[in-house]
Amino acid sequence: MLALLWKSVPDLPASRKNGGKMEKYILEGATGSWEIVVGLEVHAQVISKSKLFSGAATAFGAEPNSQVSLIDAAMPGMLPVVNRECIRQAVRTGIAIGAVINRVSKFDRKNYFYADLPQGYQISQLYHPIVGEGSLLIDVDGEEREIGIERIHVEQDAGKLMHDQHPTKSYIDLNRAGIALMEIVSKPDIRSPAEAGAYLRKLRAILRYVGSCDGNMEEGSMRADVNVSVRKAGEPFGTRCEIKNVNSVRFVQAAIEYEARRQIEVIEDGGKIIQETRLFDHDKGETRSLRSKEDAHDYRYFPDPDLLPLELPESFIDECRESLPELPDAKRQRYITHLNLTPYTASVITADHETAAWFEAMLEYFKEPDAKIATAAANWLTSELFGALKKLGRDITDSPVSPKQGAELIALVADGTLSGSLAKQVFEIMLETGQNPADIAEERGLKQTSDTGAIEEVINKILADNQDKVEQYRSGKDKLFGFFVGQTMRAMAGKANPAVVNELLKKLLAA
Amino acid sequence: MTRLTDLGVTDLRDGIAKGDFSAREVAENFINATNEAEKLNAFITLTPDHALKQAEEADKARASGQLKALSGVPLGIKDLFCTNGYRTTAASKIIGNFVPPYESTITEKLFAAGAGMIGKLNLDQFAMGSSNETSAFGNVISPWRQKNDDAALTPGGSSGGSAAAVAAKIIPAATGTDTGGSIRQPASFTGITGLKPTYGRCSRFGVIAFASSLDQAGPMARSVKDCAALLEVMAGFDPKDSTSADVMVPNWEKLLSSDIRGKKIGIPKEYRVDGMAPEIESLWQRGIQMMKEAGAEIVDVTLPHTRHALAAYYIIAPAEASSNLARYDGVRYGERQTPEGSNLADMYSATRAAGFGDEVKRRIMIGTYVLSAGFYDAYYIKAQKIRALIARDFEAAFDKCDLLLTPATPTAAFALGQKQDDPIAMYLNDVFTVPASLAGLPAMTVPVGLNDQGLPLGLQLIGKPLDEQSVLNAGLALEERAGFTSQPEKWW
Repeated sequence: MLALLWKSVPDLPASRKNGGKMEKYILEGATGSWEIVVGLEVHAQVISKSKLFSGAATAFGAEPNSQVSLIDAAMPGMLPVVNRECIRQAVRTGIAIGAVINRVSKFDRKNYFYADLPQGYQISQLYHPIVGEGSLLIDVDGEEREIGIERIHVEQDAGKLMHDQHPTKSYIDLNRAGIALMEIVSKPDIRSPAEAGAYLRKLRAILRYVGSCDGNMEEGSMRADVNVSVRKAGEPFGTRCEIKNVNSVRFVQAAIEYEARRQIEVIEDGGKIIQETRLFDHDKGETRSLRSKEDAHDYRYFPDPDLLPLELPESFIDECRESLPELPDAKRQRYITHLNLTPYTASVITADHETAAWFEAMLEYFKEPDAKIATAAANWLTSELFGALKKLGRDITDSPVSPKQGAELIALVADGTLSGSLAKQVFEIMLETGQNPADIAEERGLKQTSDTGAIEEVINKILADNQDKVEQYRSGKDKLFGFFVGQTMRAMAGKANPAVVNELLKKLLAA
Repeated sequence: MTRLTDLGVTDLRDGIAKGDFSAREVAENFINATNEAEKLNAFITLTPDHALKQAEEADKARASGQLKALSGVPLGIKDLFCTNGYRTTAASKIIGNFVPPYESTITEKLFAAGAGMIGKLNLDQFAMGSSNETSAFGNVISPWRQKNDDAALTPGGSSGGSAAAVAAKIIPAATGTDTGGSIRQPASFTGITGLKPTYGRCSRFGVIAFASSLDQAGPMARSVKDCAALLEVMAGFDPKDSTSADVMVPNWEKLLSSDIRGKKIGIPKEYRVDGMAPEIESLWQRGIQMMKEAGAEIVDVTLPHTRHALAAYYIIAPAEASSNLARYDGVRYGERQTPEGSNLADMYSATRAAGFGDEVKRRIMIGTYVLSAGFYDAYYIKAQKIRALIARDFEAAFDKCDLLLTPATPTAAFALGQKQDDPIAMYLNDVFTVPASLAGLPAMTVPVGLNDQGLPLGLQLIGKPLDEQSVLNAGLALEERAGFTSQPEKWW
């Protein structure tokens, strides 16, 4: 019954095709079908109060150059000291993707000159990264696929150049210089723009669950380098091009599609793909060559002599493991098996740790939330609340309604105080006033009545006023039952408990 | 009568404590001596205000009975240590006017222990050189001269200013840094004592980096005892330097003893190199004899990879330097050259071309080359392997002995200009000092005698990791037996 109060969302989106088999992403060229091969290198800014090798703060949006230590500015004689918290975050992330945690890793210097790079080198981990192979599960059109992760290493971010502050000079803001990044490198396992999108969303969800990166692509705290190549089915990998610094899921998908088509065109016109670095121009929706392999920097990587190898004791790794919250895949499975949610609803709620947290906060207000309550709460959350938030242009973290209020609303429906339609009215008022649902129902008289005496009185009057219809019903015109329900509900201003109305009507019409 | 400037660190410290003289008198005497010694060009910047202020503090501390380990002892500080509010140049043009807003850990410790700073000492530019001829502030002239010859001699390098000033007795002692011999070789050339501690003993924080995996600060002084006293203050774990060793600092001075009976002194046969001056060979024999007389047992040992050490060093050190010196780019501080119409890359080139001296450029180019794609394995990786083999050689040798006794340099001090155009000949100066640097071992040079031309010669003692005490003790035994009291005749 409860499940019917709100229209539940369908199990799977309508786009699912081929009886559940995912359609292979194929690009048709003049010479036949092409498959694309994509690998992603995601740079995720580590959540930590201070930078990877200095004590300077990392807050976003601070006054330029207000968060720069002598180390970040590469003053003479300054030395890096690794920040344990950044290492902890990388290890936690590694464990979250089921990856090998390397007990010994090393820092290397990547040498190049640029005005936003004070040291003249970036401290990174080329030869011995902190996290080895792992993987994550993505879901595209209901089909699950595992995408391999090659490695995660930690490295320093660079500063920011500002070219728009002065007609002839460039300005430098070093606030970002030295902030810890995780570079999360996938294997070339991705085969479509949709998979790339699903991978990025899933990775972002995990990072946010773990709390190691806020995943905010607009603020640049997560950015992707996209490696794209094309091949005919069954052939070895083609030459790849790397599209640097793409900063939204949508742009990543568009860049892959454009780049794949460009490469097919080049090859089919008898040309060759040259390995190069490209940029995605999202205004024009195209990729452009930045530099070819021949002009590529020689980074002269070598082990940073200022830093000892990073050795992780087992106790540290255990501590990292124990600090992890329940992760989205496990949570989703628990929702399906223990709360009886549909796989789709479970996916929607667990896609984002804040939604899941909101959902679980709501359930905490029930002594023993059973599958019915959980389903009702889940459906209300994903349809009513999401709908309202979308209209308001807000997200769940600044919802005008609290989980406690949501739970109260669900409880009022569950105990028959509110009908579905009354609950909708109460919810509208909650959004406007922020009042608790019980108070709204009380003050505005929106409570459902299950008073059989009162309902019976109204029914008797309706039956008396509609003798002809009663006759017709009794002689077999069952469809008229709805008419009597409607009349009764209208007479009671929608507040009658529909179950009670049904029951009484059946009894009195049968009399 | 003994002049105050004849006294070293511990004598000054003890004299001030006893009230024989005031810290102010000490500071003034040394300040005057430095003022009179301009011809040596040992200093880049004089800081008498610092020495006098610290002296005043020391005299107050004595009055209130709160003297510290180095109260009233004025020192010279190699101009590679960043000093808060005092210009720090690395003897370069590129940061020739750089005034750090921070203090190196070593100078912080020395000043906190009551030491004063008389000035910032000249050196080879960015500590790259073995003759102090690469400084942008001119050559340091050794106070020593050959008999009947007025030719200017090198004090050695890179801590040439430190060595010359201590030898000329215009300062009681100095800080030095040693990457491949930069404390030991100049100490040996000028007849003073220099100690490079175990890598990690002294913090590198605030010391302008040359080659991070090799750079190590240490004392340069008039005696083994003074070195021990200074090192006690300089050494210690520093959380700001990840490579600093988190180990206790022993009371080296208190535990100093020339009783080395029963100690095994290893004599590595590979240190008998081609082209070594006969006077060095005979000096070495005299040193061995002195060790025997002191009751030590002499054992022959082998360090088979020694002959590759210099080559490995001249790959690893420039490789690290090429990266460490990338920060001097004209963007944030120091020299900046912006030729008409220049872009960022032009600015880099012009700034670095104008700001770095030839030897620094040479090493940046060597370092850049050996780290380049296609050469990295053949040079850098191979050099690191050799480095590991050299460390293993020492480990094996130390199974058979407690210490090694070797020559410090293949020759006595040479004339300025003599090797300037021959970098290989210059690099060969470091042949005896480089292996201990590559292995990170404590090593000390002690003056043992004069050659026929009247120039000082030293011997080197190399110890096990963190065993500075044995090095100091054997050094003291050598010092006592050698009785080296020669001084350069004052000509400046």
